[in-house]
Amino acid sequence: MSEPAADIPADEGAAPDVEMDEWLRVNPLTMMVHMARMLASAIIPAIAVLYGAASSEPDSEGLAAITPWFVPLLGAILGFNLLAAWFSWYRLRYRVGDTDVRLEQGVISRSARSVPYERIQDVSLEQKLVPRLLGLVEVKFETGAGGKEELKLSYVSEAEGEKLRETVRALVDGEAAAPAEGPTAPDGTPSGDLAAEPAGQTLFAMDTKRLFLFGLFNFSLVVFAVLLGALQQLEFLLPFDVWDYIADIVRDDRIAEAEELVNGYSTIAQILAILYAIGAVVVVGMASGVVRTFVRDWEFRLERTAKGFRRRRGLLTKTDVVMPVHRVQALVVSTGWLRRRFGWHGLSFISLAQDAGGANHDVAPFAQMEEIAPIAHEAGFSLPDERADWRRASADYYFDRAVLQALIPATAGLVLLVLGYAIVAVLLFALAGLLVFGEYYMWRFVRHALDPQQVLSRRGWLAPRDIIASRVKLHSVEISQHPLARWRGYCTLRFGLAGGRLAFAGLSLEDAREMRHAALDSIAAVDFAKLPR
Amino acid sequence: MDTEPLTQLDPAYATVMRIEGAIIVAPFLIAAVVLGLAGAFPAPWTWAPLAVPVLIALVFVLLVPIKRYLARGYHMSSDRLRVVRGVMFHADTVVPFSRVQHLDVEQGPLERAFGIARLILHTAGTHNSSVTLPGLRHGDAVAMREEIRAHVKRESL
Repeated sequence: MSEPAADIPADEGAAPDVEMDEWLRVNPLTMMVHMARMLASAIIPAIAVLYGAASSEPDSEGLAAITPWFVPLLGAILGFNLLAAWFSWYRLRYRVGDTDVRLEQGVISRSARSVPYERIQDVSLEQKLVPRLLGLVEVKFETGAGGKEELKLSYVSEAEGEKLRETVRALVDGEAAAPAEGPTAPDGTPSGDLAAEPAGQTLFAMDTKRLFLFGLFNFSLVVFAVLLGALQQLEFLLPFDVWDYIADIVRDDRIAEAEELVNGYSTIAQILAILYAIGAVVVVGMASGVVRTFVRDWEFRLERTAKGFRRRRGLLTKTDVVMPVHRVQALVVSTGWLRRRFGWHGLSFISLAQDAGGANHDVAPFAQMEEIAPIAHEAGFSLPDERADWRRASADYYFDRAVLQALIPATAGLVLLVLGYAIVAVLLFALAGLLVFGEYYMWRFVRHALDPQQVLSRRGWLAPRDIIASRVKLHSVEISQHPLARWRGYCTLRFGLAGGRLAFAGLSLEDAREMRHAALDSIAAVDFAKLPR
Repeated sequence: MDTEPLTQLDPAYATVMRIEGAIIVAPFLIAAVVLGLAGAFPAPWTWAPLAVPVLIALVFVLLVPIKRYLARGYHMSSDRLRVVRGVMFHADTVVPFSRVQHLDVEQGPLERAFGIARLILHTAGTHNSSVTLPGLRHGDAVAMREEIRAHVKRESL
């Protein structure tokens, strides 16, 4: 994959610029990617159908009867897919123009999309496994339209993708329609692995050791769910019916036998068996966490380049995202209840562009606060410390919540106590107590603060999550009250934040008004369009 | 800033809400009248089914529109628009002009008949991405739009 794709036109190395105002087609190897994807989705069902047809025959001749048809069938599928892939390649073209990027596609029904440069939030590159093997990248022009309606160019060669990105980014930044400064490849060695961007200062990187540690904290039992799902999907491939088998076990009292067996063990053996089971689950959970983390965050690197923050990560799917500094709307500092004991936190940016389905961009998923602070500073934010003017929400609010939540279990408990179900009643009382206790802790640990440039929010008790929003990047302020809140004199304060939500529940009215007033004065003083671009 | 006097909406807005309420209640009233005419209930109770829709009509045509109308209001200062609404669920939203992305003035058929319009401010925020101010005289809405737009334009130059 380090060698450039064979189909790159020979003159590309000589001309570093993207052709302007020319209709271009994407890399022909794209057809291979489409083929691979279509085959993967067509062949497996085909095999399943064949297998099913063969095994449903009572005599073994079923398979023999189908074998002669196998090769022509496969050939037909292949040929049809190749034709379809060629057509869709042939009918797709793009143009990098003076004012916009255009993409026309569709075999029978054509669609033409134009994205003006002013609306392009960012250009990112993504490599999934197959395109990566072929040296191709997918170029995404993100518009902040919620991730769905962005313009995607799949696929171009790595060098072409890098040039496209540089050219478009230069145009977005208003450097006129003259990318002749030769944005990339001054040294002429695009290493082919999503490189070629001028190297920046590395802000954060995760080595294998750190990744492994991160993986251990990413304990996940999702593998069990996946196994169960796979079992359900691929059941037909198994030589026996799983559910019948389980039903058999239950019906034939094999469970009871097992129980007798376990009962037969000594107490120590029983405890050991339970410990073993728990240990096995923990080990599997940690292992799957490590694997998932390695796949997602392999070679995680965050750099500060002239254009903004650049993040690269991924083992099978490599992504390369550049976030311009001024597009960062707010920071989120989060942690976990266990990793927090060791000082590990995660930093992500809230921005208009989306990141792999999530609204926030991870920039330092597993780092110590000393590592996070410089990144936050680089983004123009400062992390809150204990000197900040932290305030709590109205105690009345949490009192009301506690009463409302505890009311039903407490009443039910009382009724049951009268009826004589003492144990259930005690359990219900305990539940009510727990809910009240939870609200008390919410009151103690949910805080907000206002500093001269920022609005701060901290939520969570075991694993606090901080949101740090820049005051001038807020868009509106709303104070809302429901009937109970009006009676009790508290309210909810909501800020309009691009790409995220920032709300404070249960603030006292005076506090909310003060925050609104301060925030509005900062907002109105700076025009959105005048924010540094 | 919370003490500033709110500007009342156009009284025609209350009328429009009344008519909308009447349109919702009308089918039930008609159904009750039909039931009465058909004599579905014995003698002293012939017109009893009317009671429920009439009660609902009183609430939705007389009470709710006027309460809503009184609860709503706005205040436009030199750099921001404040919109207040809600009888039970109260909301008080402020949008600085400098954060307005684009503006709409909309009119439904009823609103057009009464010469009123809705002014809609769109912002880039996820929450409150559009703030609606209904019940303005159409001319006022257009004037406000022009003023906010001029402000946006001036600021961004």
